[in-house]
Amino acid sequence: MSRYVSYRDFDWLLLVLVLMICGLGVMEIRSATMHTKFAGSHIKQIYWVFAGVGMMFLISLVNYQALLDRIHWFYIAAVASLMAVMIFGQKYLGARRWIKMPGGNHFQPSEWVKLILILAVAKYFADLRHRELSWPDFMKAGAIVGIPMLMVLAQPDLGTALTYIPIAIMGVFLGGMQWKQGLAVALLAAVGVGAVFFTPRVHILKTYQKQRLTSFLQPEDDPQGSGYQVEQSKIAVGSGGLWGGKGSQTHGAFLPVPQTDFIFAAFSEEHGFVGALGVLLLYFIVLMRLTQNAQTAPDRAGTFVVMGVVAVLSFHILVNVGMVVGFMPVTGIPLPLMSYGGSSVLFMFLALGMVMNVRMRRFVN
Amino acid sequence: MFGRDEKVSAIRLTAAQYLILGIFLVLAYGLWRLQVMQTDLYATLAEKNRIRNVPILAPRGKILDREGRIIVDNYPSFSALLLRDSSRDLNADTDLIAQGLHLDANEVRARIRHFAAMPQYQPIFLKEDITPDEQAFIEAHRNELPELDTIRADRRLYPRNGFMAHLIGYVGEVTEDMLNQPQFELYSPGDVVGVSGVERQYNNALMGKNGARQELVNSHGREVGLLGETDAIPGKQLKLTVDIDLQIAAEEALEGKNGAIVAMDPRTGEILAMVSRPTFDPNDFAVRVSRDEWNKLVTDPDKPLLNKAIQAQLAPGSTFKIIMSVAGWQEGIAQDLHVNCTGGAEFYGRRFGCWVKSGHGPVTLEKAIYQSCDVFFYTLAEKLGIDRIAKYATALGLGQKTGIDLPNEVTGVMPSEEWKIRNFKQKWFAGETISVGIGQGAVAITPVQLMRAIAAISMGGRLVVPHVVDPQELPSGYVETSHVTETKNVPIDPNGWTFITDAMSRVLLPEGTAPSAHIPGIDIAGKTGSAQIVSLATRAKFKNSEALNQNGWFVGFTPRRNPDVIVCVLFEGGEHGKLAARLATQVLKAYVDKQRRVPNKMVDAPKSDGKVDMGALWTAPEGDKLEGGRFSLILPKKPSVLATAAPGMASTEYLVPNTGKMQ
Repeated sequence: MSRYVSYRDFDWLLLVLVLMICGLGVMEIRSATMHTKFAGSHIKQIYWVFAGVGMMFLISLVNYQALLDRIHWFYIAAVASLMAVMIFGQKYLGARRWIKMPGGNHFQPSEWVKLILILAVAKYFADLRHRELSWPDFMKAGAIVGIPMLMVLAQPDLGTALTYIPIAIMGVFLGGMQWKQGLAVALLAAVGVGAVFFTPRVHILKTYQKQRLTSFLQPEDDPQGSGYQVEQSKIAVGSGGLWGGKGSQTHGAFLPVPQTDFIFAAFSEEHGFVGALGVLLLYFIVLMRLTQNAQTAPDRAGTFVVMGVVAVLSFHILVNVGMVVGFMPVTGIPLPLMSYGGSSVLFMFLALGMVMNVRMRRFVN
Repeated sequence: MFGRDEKVSAIRLTAAQYLILGIFLVLAYGLWRLQVMQTDLYATLAEKNRIRNVPILAPRGKILDREGRIIVDNYPSFSALLLRDSSRDLNADTDLIAQGLHLDANEVRARIRHFAAMPQYQPIFLKEDITPDEQAFIEAHRNELPELDTIRADRRLYPRNGFMAHLIGYVGEVTEDMLNQPQFELYSPGDVVGVSGVERQYNNALMGKNGARQELVNSHGREVGLLGETDAIPGKQLKLTVDIDLQIAAEEALEGKNGAIVAMDPRTGEILAMVSRPTFDPNDFAVRVSRDEWNKLVTDPDKPLLNKAIQAQLAPGSTFKIIMSVAGWQEGIAQDLHVNCTGGAEFYGRRFGCWVKSGHGPVTLEKAIYQSCDVFFYTLAEKLGIDRIAKYATALGLGQKTGIDLPNEVTGVMPSEEWKIRNFKQKWFAGETISVGIGQGAVAITPVQLMRAIAAISMGGRLVVPHVVDPQELPSGYVETSHVTETKNVPIDPNGWTFITDAMSRVLLPEGTAPSAHIPGIDIAGKTGSAQIVSLATRAKFKNSEALNQNGWFVGFTPRRNPDVIVCVLFEGGEHGKLAARLATQVLKAYVDKQRRVPNKMVDAPKSDGKVDMGALWTAPEGDKLEGGRFSLILPKKPSVLATAAPGMASTEYLVPNTGKMQ
């Protein structure tokens, strides 16, 4: 089976859109970290973006079908790396999330596990021959995502663990989930959340996690603690107005971590409703372009891969921007492509590389 | 079953797209809500976040004596401020703050609670006059405790050892009670106001108006810019009528004794000196006093906080005989009264003794005054009756407030028939009048009242209002004390008051009651008095306990005609008026010596260029002494010692405005 692969089929428009978002991100990182000890972060971010683009081209060359055929090895490696974190991980701020690599770098396996999960879920559903999902299939899909998710939750890293859920949901939804299954899962989830929050004996979530998750509902009640960040973020966004303002929230350091999790709040403060809406529009076009690529994928597996990326990206945007405008709790989920941070940037470009990979092979077979 | 290339449901892919659209619409709505609908609210919140109001404290006006010499000055100090608008959990930091500032953590918490109702942008004063190491603590913890800040505050520097403490008073933080009173309605908690004395009476003139800085701050409370600044308006400086030279003489005269000395210019009512003993050091509680110290002051039986010159109500004893003489003369009785004193006499069936047990023999008014014959005045009182005595005593201001411009003056008591019925629902017994005749019984007056009455007699009936500040020296629009320049005329027969004052001038001569107080070359007219605190019978029962000793009184003026100065001395437990007279003549001599330019313990007048070095009367606290907050007055021993500048303050010079009224 000969395959014709050409960069003519590479999604250059998508790359341009993505780089525009990255550019806005770099600009905002520069503005937000000026006069702070993080000054110069935007230069590092540019390096990360270049590295990401390079990785994207590299991964687009490797046939995704070849990757999918070996996915069980990758999955085992992923689970192993999470176990390694549990055993050898660096404890930082009460959580064990990183492995110290030779050369002083820190490796956070939970990010690349996300990518493995997208592929694993895609492989699993692509191989299913039923139009409708059976309960055992449903359970197996849940287990594929659930095992690494619980391991990440144990680190504890609630935010990243949550980002695994949309991969599973997108998988079962496109894989032929039945309505009653959806309903059952929704009910189970509701009961589970209720148990986590209202049963004092269950310690799945730590107290600070519960506080962070609930304080966004009433940030004014606790302006010094968990609610402070939400309140400051809302003030930043709101004071931006239609066209943007002076940015006193960002530059006066009232806004917490304005270069990472709250970069969208910083951007909204400085560029107003018009600027913020513009960024949302860019993200929306990117997502629409991705779903279009999913539709033109050469096979079921390709569609699942691309839609997995769509699910993760949408979820990140929903949770991060939702947090910034006060709709969502503070979970520590960065805004993909804009937020400062190597792991996040590399993951996004690797994921986009997978999308390119699928697209470049759309006329094959 | 379907093949490997079976496509994923297009409907579900489209559904996913709509779901994403839905998410984005919700997020866009979130932005719209904050940035368009409620942008004004959040813009205000953003402003509030970053603007901090820090007061600039206005220094209180200095207090000067009549010649422009500084009595009360300010010295620069630093206070610790707690800024509550920073995003800090204050309760968690309290322990560290309390430790660093050497405060009690519970006290700090109580203080935070106390000011909880105040606007957040107003800082709380945690500790005044912090030491250099407390200041270093705040500087070293700028990052850990960004809510702590220091502020420059001019703190009151009072003369040491309680010099003039009662007259000057002291300042303190405005209390809850005071805030509820109408005259303090413009003040806010934390303000430092005058609590007693001149500091309180003239608080509105002395207190300036605080300015404020609107600082731009970041979330760590660090100043990143300045938005605006309103300057503080310093308080007005206040010139008293007191003469430091005379005040020093009076302080020295009463040193180690209990009582009061007041000196006044009888022509104008200007108080030249006012001393009350025991005294207290207002530096100890220039801002806040510890509970123990305060309790000690309040429970002290000698009442150091009481300004006895205006707040002691005591029997005037024989000094009252001058008022009796005026009443008797005006009624045409005294000038022709001849009494034979046998050491006592019987009235209404009871025997009243004279202080000279052997008796004075034949006595006329003149001898009765300089020998202070009790029997003569018993007789006069019997003839006058209480209401005629009360008429003249009341006309001369006894039993009423003098209207002096000092807070909390007391009324005293001048009994009459009507007074007895009103207060005791009882008829006046004629026998009670006899005791009143020698200034005992129900009569109770303050030293300043007695001095004012005698001054009026010496001035031919011109009754002035004693005052410590000339209203002309006050800022315009200050009318609260404008009444002090009003005078009243009490009609007294010129033959009468000249006769009486001539008789008074013999009190210090060998035939008088206080020859030992005589000072050659100074024409002093006066009257001694010794007043019982309890009856002689009670006193005998307590075996002449010292606490029940009689009070010595003396009121004297010089010269005999058109006097320049009148002095009233209350010497508590002084036993006899002649001892009080000696104290009074010391003060009178200081006055006369100054008039005659006799070298004495005088404080130098301001230099001719109108500049005065700070710290003329005291030395400023040195670094290591700051902690205790105590200073001691350096009583001037030689003129040259006085004008030395205090260390660290030598470069600070300021101008005394040339009022052209220096006396």
